[in-house]
Amino acid sequence: MTNLLEVKNLTVKFPTRDTVFEAVRGLSFSLGRERLGIVGESGSGKSITGRAILRLIRKPGIVEADRIALEGKNLLTLSEKEMREVRGHRISMIMQDPKFSLNPVMKIGDQICEAYRLHTRASRSEARKKTLAMLEAVLIRDPERVFKSYPHEMSGGMGQRIMIAMMLIPDPKILIADEPTSALDVTVQKEVLEIMDKLVRERGMGLIFISHDLNVVSAFCDRVLIMYSGRIVETCRADQLHNATHPYTVGLLNSMPRLEHPVDYLEVLKRDDSWDTMPSVGGTLETEIIT
Amino acid sequence: MSMDTELPQKRLTLHEWLTTETPASRRQARVSAWYRSWLAFRSNPMAMFGLGILLALIFIALFAPLLAPQSPFTQDLGARLSPPGKGGYILGSDSLGRDILSRLIYGSRITLYIVSMVALMAPIVGLFVGTAAGYLGGWLDITLMRITDIFLAFPKLILALAFVSALGAGIENAVLAIVLTSWPPYARIARAETLTIRNADFIHAIKLQGAGALRIITRHIWPLCISSLVIRVTLDMAGIILTAAGLGFLGLGAQPPSPEWGAMISAGRKFILDHWWVATMPGLAIFIVSLAFNLLGDGLRDVLDPKKSSK
Amino acid sequence: MVTQNTTGKGWLKLSIPSWISGCGSVIFTVLITMVGLLFVTFIIGRVMPIDPVLSIVGESASRATYEAAYQELGLDKPLLVQFFIFLRDIAQGNFGESLLTARPVSQDLLRVFPATMELATMGTIVGVLLGVPLGVIAAVKRGSWIDHIARVVALVGYSMPVFWIGLIGLLILYGKLGWVGGPGRLDIFYVDIIPRVTGMILVDSLLAGDMVVFRNAISHIVLPAGLLAYYSLAYISRMTRSFMLEQLDQEYIITARVKGLSESAVIWRHAFGNVKVPLVTVIALSYAALLEGSVLTETIFSWPGIGSYITTALLSADMNAVLGGTVVVGLVFVCLNIFSDLLYKFFDPRAR
Repeated sequence: MTNLLEVKNLTVKFPTRDTVFEAVRGLSFSLGRERLGIVGESGSGKSITGRAILRLIRKPGIVEADRIALEGKNLLTLSEKEMREVRGHRISMIMQDPKFSLNPVMKIGDQICEAYRLHTRASRSEARKKTLAMLEAVLIRDPERVFKSYPHEMSGGMGQRIMIAMMLIPDPKILIADEPTSALDVTVQKEVLEIMDKLVRERGMGLIFISHDLNVVSAFCDRVLIMYSGRIVETCRADQLHNATHPYTVGLLNSMPRLEHPVDYLEVLKRDDSWDTMPSVGGTLETEIIT
Repeated sequence: MSMDTELPQKRLTLHEWLTTETPASRRQARVSAWYRSWLAFRSNPMAMFGLGILLALIFIALFAPLLAPQSPFTQDLGARLSPPGKGGYILGSDSLGRDILSRLIYGSRITLYIVSMVALMAPIVGLFVGTAAGYLGGWLDITLMRITDIFLAFPKLILALAFVSALGAGIENAVLAIVLTSWPPYARIARAETLTIRNADFIHAIKLQGAGALRIITRHIWPLCISSLVIRVTLDMAGIILTAAGLGFLGLGAQPPSPEWGAMISAGRKFILDHWWVATMPGLAIFIVSLAFNLLGDGLRDVLDPKKSSK
Repeated sequence: MVTQNTTGKGWLKLSIPSWISGCGSVIFTVLITMVGLLFVTFIIGRVMPIDPVLSIVGESASRATYEAAYQELGLDKPLLVQFFIFLRDIAQGNFGESLLTARPVSQDLLRVFPATMELATMGTIVGVLLGVPLGVIAAVKRGSWIDHIARVVALVGYSMPVFWIGLIGLLILYGKLGWVGGPGRLDIFYVDIIPRVTGMILVDSLLAGDMVVFRNAISHIVLPAGLLAYYSLAYISRMTRSFMLEQLDQEYIITARVKGLSESAVIWRHAFGNVKVPLVTVIALSYAALLEGSVLTETIFSWPGIGSYITTALLSADMNAVLGGTVVVGLVFVCLNIFSDLLYKFFDPRAR
């Protein structure tokens, strides 16, 4: 059985004035029809990884990899035009803050229709019908009104649901969710996640869930990759996270407050320089997880 | 270039000492920041070109009597309107037989005088108005900003024309008129900076120590407004030169026989069809100098204000 | 004011009261600015070292006539009263009489203003048509040769004295090559042969269907308007470039790329769609700058517009004409500001 996505030895570099900064260093992992969490602190390279898969790293950034394959087809060898067919249609991405990721001067309906018509050549009225249905699927109460509204008239939770609708409407195989709930109020985070989760399951998609929030990831994902300074330091099943062995993961877990085990002082993460130089752990799919 | 005398233990080169990531003192940190800005500025050839021209201009203005081949006022009606290169007139002579090159060299003094006067006075007026409005707030703020808006609403050149015609033609009045029309943007900038600084914690701390408004404004707010004002002034200098030359061209700036560049163009206008050089040479001088100011301003902005940088 | 309702019955209903209150404050601001503008002009007129009485009654007038004229002008009244008389006169469109033309200044202004508008409008149209694409391309191909060329073009535009390059242009294109018409709006034998409707010769000659006059007018306007266009191109292309760079850095641009849109759709539909908003203000500002730049340009090209009117009046100490011209240009500036604010609201859904 082939994986949906396979990444082998991915490196992303950004030249600065004096040196070259390596944001991602020799990353390998694969994704099936599962929910894969990528966890790490800011600057660990998790967001860059998501963008590199879509080949959205702009110059002067450099992306190198042995292979980034979507259902066996290597994305690195595609022309820019073929790549545009992949974007949106096969792999989509949801970004952190709908306040910035939606075009402020375009009506919401037009933005969603645009995504749909681009890949389906549907007529205007067809796209409109499909958009309204999609808005309903993300549990928006008054799709007709939202269709005609502008992004600034929406709340953050609504905005993120609109993003989900927009990104799922061309029926992609993989969704990359880059911190999709970090900018939202805690009260709506769960709601948005559940909507996303439900749609991803129904459509049998693969999900890459990028987050810094261990709790959310362990609750919503099947498998977790822990990233530190551009590498994967540990990979495990989400429900086995408490058995993690790498000192970084253990440190992260210990620095989280827990209701059931209150402590007087939370542990502060102590870093070790050797983590920077250790080789990356393979994040390839363990067969028993495929359902 | 080792600095053994100052830092005997490490033997750093001056460059290393200036670019260190871990400065040992506040002074080193500050000098090092300046040095880095300079390195960035130096890597911009166009800005360096502008700086070179301006240094040359200052040099020419300082040593005008030594550099000018002739007096800028000596007339030689026999050699009037000689073309460039003829009879020892490198850039030709004007309708009264005066050497154009010498007049341009002396004219650089007038240009520099006007630019530096305006560049000094306008931002200072703006700084007073802007910080007073921003810091004291209330009705004063509203009134001052209304006045600023009124002056902003005026077409600058036409207001300057009206001022000069009211005050009388002449260099000093031209300077005054340009200052009167160009302070509002500086007031806006200073006010905006003041508003952001005013509520900073360090200002509250100084207030708790008993500092009054005057002390806070002069000692703490003004120094922080300077850098944005300097960038803006450098960018405006070319405009000041062009406005001054325009006033001179209309006969409202420096009066004859003063070798002001704009007035020289105006004098050469009558002969433009047959004696092109009389009007062309001073125009070229204006162009080169304002281009230099623009290049410098662009480069400075890239270095000092990377966010708004055009690069 | 209605507070933001959370049931979200539609923003249209909410925006009406806020729109009206916004308009009220705009009108108030504009009124204050206009009165202030008139006050500054008034003060300039007061301090002018010209005796307005003498210029009416003449040097040789008797003391009695002088006194009578002095009282008639209201110069014996307090300054504030004089200012209100000044305001009242202007509100009635009365700017006094011009010494130079011996006609009411208001009539003169009506005659010269269309010529300036024609010039500035042509300049702005060409400047926008060339400057906007240049700025967009420079931003998209940042650091490429075309970006450098755009930068040099703009810098040269910022640095050249318009009166000088106008002279050189006349010298070469008219004097030496004869490619364009000379100074003035028309050759002398075409003047006044078409009926005056708008005062803009290009429009009037088209209305009259006279292509010969139209072509002659084009040959005359092409150089001065081309120059003004170059200045507005320099400004507009720079501003467009920096607005574009700012927008291209935004997250919604990544969203657009993630959707799989082509680069041209990303640039023009998404980034430029957002640039349109601030660009409106820039274009209005550049139009205002061209009206102002007309002072020098018109002098060079003997263009009978408001710029030459003011400068000739200045040199002959014709105070009423100077003040009238200054007031009108100032008012046009204020109107352009209001207009660009309104357009801003039209283009930006967030400002409605």
